[in-house]
Amino acid sequence: MDMRTPLGKVRGLGSAKEGTDHFWRQRLTAVANLPLLIFFVFFVARYAGAPHAEVVAALSNPFVAVIMAFVVTSALVHMRIGMQVIIEDYVHAEGAKIALLMLNTFFAIAIGGLCLFAILKIAFAG
Amino acid sequence: MVELALPKNSQINEGKVWPKPAGATNLREYRVYRWNPDDGKNPRIDTYYIDIDDCGPMVLDGLLYIKNKIDPTLTLRRSCREGICGSCAMNIDGTNTLACTKGMDEIKGSVKIYPLPHMPVVKDLVPDLTNFYAQHRSIEPWLKTVSPTPAKEWRQSHEDRQKLDGLYECILCACCSTSCPSYWWNGDRYLGPAVLLQAYRWLIDSRDEATGERLDNLEDPFRLYRCHTIMNCAQACPKGLNPAKAIGEIKKMLVERRF
Repeated sequence: MDMRTPLGKVRGLGSAKEGTDHFWRQRLTAVANLPLLIFFVFFVARYAGAPHAEVVAALSNPFVAVIMAFVVTSALVHMRIGMQVIIEDYVHAEGAKIALLMLNTFFAIAIGGLCLFAILKIAFAG
Repeated sequence: MVELALPKNSQINEGKVWPKPAGATNLREYRVYRWNPDDGKNPRIDTYYIDIDDCGPMVLDGLLYIKNKIDPTLTLRRSCREGICGSCAMNIDGTNTLACTKGMDEIKGSVKIYPLPHMPVVKDLVPDLTNFYAQHRSIEPWLKTVSPTPAKEWRQSHEDRQKLDGLYECILCACCSTSCPSYWWNGDRYLGPAVLLQAYRWLIDSRDEATGERLDNLEDPFRLYRCHTIMNCAQACPKGLNPAKAIGEIKKMLVERRF
């Protein structure tokens, strides 16, 4: 039987004194994603079905390669912190929550590493 | 905690259909959630018929008609009958609101009444709001100052007083908090719209000297940032207030003090 007072339970472990950074980064990447993803969608639409050589040539353009790297970074940061919120909302078992939060970070980093490698490889090696 | 289905002992059964009042020509059907902690049975929905020629126009009038003339065991909270005490907050026709300010004519078909959602039920339409009140207590809803107390009163300009409009009217009925999915899933750690609106009422009070400490106490992924701007709170508020906006203002203050 829980005999703690209601106020004691509400105060709990106290304030984490964070969350604003998360909030700010979410807004920041949301603003960044707007032009970046518009560019990405236009790029995909323009080169959908184009010959391999033509797509590689387009991606080798330094501006395109750098913007693509921005797209991947900004979108993945946004995705990771968005997923983190969903996990915190719905998963309450401490062990599962921590494990999922770790997997979420690992997943975002793995995808980011692969995408950036692919962009660099196409940009420099064709 | 996320619960997509009710636990077995909370599943609602069809209850009793009470006899229609004798001689009544204008009837209104009420379908009311009933649960008694003492009989060990599941909750049920009882059906009542109200003689609207012998009853006031509000949903609360109908409930009191039932309690006085049909079934005295029906349990509910009520006091002021004019939307100022917040006691008769309940889920009426699918929306959290005050039974005393909701007109029966605003509802089509039968009047369906449940207790405030996702709260422990004490009996029938009475929810246990202990946690909600403790959360309100935790934001220390009183003027906090360190300057010497003035001989007469803490003074405030007209402009600063106006900043409290849209906040001071909150009657803590809990309609907003119990309409918020974030509060349903994380009500143990998330303070919820009503308490955060109250917190903002003290943050924005020009006479208060503890703004920074108050912000410190709110800056938490769960206490404050579980708000995902779902806006059910603003939709539900029977006083027409906007807790979501107050929460947004708190978030803005927290960003503002960083840059």
